[in-house]
Amino acid sequence: MSVTDGAGPAPAPAEQAIGVPADGMSHHGTAAVSTSGLTKRFRSGQLAVDGIDLHVPTGAVYGFLGPNGSGKTTTIRMLLGLLRPTAGSADLLGRTMPAAAGEVLPRIGALVEGPAFHPYLSGWDNLMRLDAADRTAPAATAKDRVLAALDRVGLTAAAAKRYRHYSLGMRQRLGIAAALLRPRELLVLDEPTNGLDPQGTREVRTLLAELASGGTTVVLSTHLLSEVEQVCTHVGVMHRGRLVAQDSLGALRRQGAARAIVTTTARHEAASVLTRLGMTEVLVSADGAGALLGDQDPAALVAALVHAGVPVTGFGTTGTDLEELFVHLTGEGFDVSG
Amino acid sequence: MSAVELEPTAEAGPARTARAAGAFGRLFRSELWLIFGRRRNWVGGLILASVPVLIAVVIKTSGAGEGDSFVFGQITDNGLFVALAALTVELPFFLPIAVSAIAGDAVAGEANLGTLRYLLVTPVDRARLLAVKLGGIAVFTFAAVAVVAGVGALIGLALFGAGDFVTLSGSSLGFWAGLARLALVCCYLTICLVALGAIGLFVSTMTEQPIAAGITVLVVTVVSQILDQLSQLAAIHRFLPTHYWLDYAAVLRDPVNLGDLGPGVASAAAYTAVFAAAAWARFSTADVSS
Repeated sequence: MSVTDGAGPAPAPAEQAIGVPADGMSHHGTAAVSTSGLTKRFRSGQLAVDGIDLHVPTGAVYGFLGPNGSGKTTTIRMLLGLLRPTAGSADLLGRTMPAAAGEVLPRIGALVEGPAFHPYLSGWDNLMRLDAADRTAPAATAKDRVLAALDRVGLTAAAAKRYRHYSLGMRQRLGIAAALLRPRELLVLDEPTNGLDPQGTREVRTLLAELASGGTTVVLSTHLLSEVEQVCTHVGVMHRGRLVAQDSLGALRRQGAARAIVTTTARHEAASVLTRLGMTEVLVSADGAGALLGDQDPAALVAALVHAGVPVTGFGTTGTDLEELFVHLTGEGFDVSG
Repeated sequence: MSAVELEPTAEAGPARTARAAGAFGRLFRSELWLIFGRRRNWVGGLILASVPVLIAVVIKTSGAGEGDSFVFGQITDNGLFVALAALTVELPFFLPIAVSAIAGDAVAGEANLGTLRYLLVTPVDRARLLAVKLGGIAVFTFAAVAVVAGVGALIGLALFGAGDFVTLSGSSLGFWAGLARLALVCCYLTICLVALGAIGLFVSTMTEQPIAAGITVLVVTVVSQILDQLSQLAAIHRFLPTHYWLDYAAVLRDPVNLGDLGPGVASAAAYTAVFAAAAWARFSTADVSS
């Protein structure tokens, strides 16, 4: 687990607790996104982003977590060249931004701070305009691209409808369609499931999993921990403009205190299976056994228990480990950062 | 890896230039579609077009008035003068309103909707975006002037026919020569008003409020015309953006001396260049947080 340097105004209980030296993250290997000391101080004097070193490995689904106002969106705007960093640098797909914007950005799809389109144009016309704006997109195949993008997010039927008549969920879908107009190497999605109903949320998650399995790197800014746990391989946690934690989800889980709880009559057999799997803090209780989950896959764990002949009548994990970790790191849960 | 199959970037010079021009053309057509596909702008066009209709109908029903100016006095003889009369009365305020609204909307409107950030991450180079926006303003400005002149000419010819086109110098011109003079007036006024559009483009990069940007440009226009009335300020008159607008009257002399339009064209070109450059200086490094 990498923990950023603790100097600064933000209270940093995380550093002492986790106790890993600063800059423990290795920066070698290919990174889809890599920043160094990225800082943004607004003219008002507000320090929105304070020297962060993001590292998103190529192919990762990176959950960018943080309370509202913690600097996630400002960071994303700097990555995409919308804001100029006060200090530090940002590399996207190995090229320095914003200098390489013209070369790099066509390979990146982005949803920044919610969808935004011309209200009096239809969904179709809005996508055609964005396609026309992309000078690397061949004009001859514009209609195919727009059609495919609309189809991918299930908006084909509403293509001719004016954007102003779209529901919040449809707007969000159109925003995702715009990000998917062309095959992308990197997707930067800021709260992509915001405003979607449960069905739409599931569709977006499936879509992300599909894209990720195809090799697309995804940076997913969100404050929904369940979203992170379901789709992300890596996590970065922002708090008051600083990156207070960044690592793979498994490594973060190891830091968390989640326990696996097995309900069974064969309590001691279960405990020995857990021990054999290398799990720690194995305890036998009145109705079963438990241990620290660590980075074990719960499904594989149950399979191993059953394979060893343990009659499993119940299985669960305690708490949301990430949530506990998150509260621990930010010290305030989901409250708005000042 | 689902990497994009980008078109080769190391194309030969001419092919690359042609493709760049094509890409510019697509965004430019999209921009025109945005301007001319918008209902609000059609309503504005209708208001502009209603003035020549009003002038023609009133003069047809009541006849020429006693103290009419030269242009108004000629209407009953030659319908093309309805177009010139309409341009004359719309020049101080109505046409500037139309140009200010579109120019103020150029960047601020996109910022206000949030579409600016998506254009920029597409990516659209910021200089290219300003060029497309200024081009859109220029086409709209010409269209606005042409609507006033076109509707005026059509209804004028319908109601009053095409008699002698009498110049300010007293000579008479044939129909086609008269029409050519009218076209020349349209071109001159377009050049003058595009300068106003360039000021609007600059103001538009300073705010996220398109209406505020439009009103600012309109205030500039009106203040400029007021200052132009004060003889005490004669020393600065030639630097005012509206100062040379009425010089189009030179086109109605015979023989026409195009040199008389020189100062107006030079002033408009200078205003356009300075404010387009200012817009670029402001916008090329601006933080886009809308």
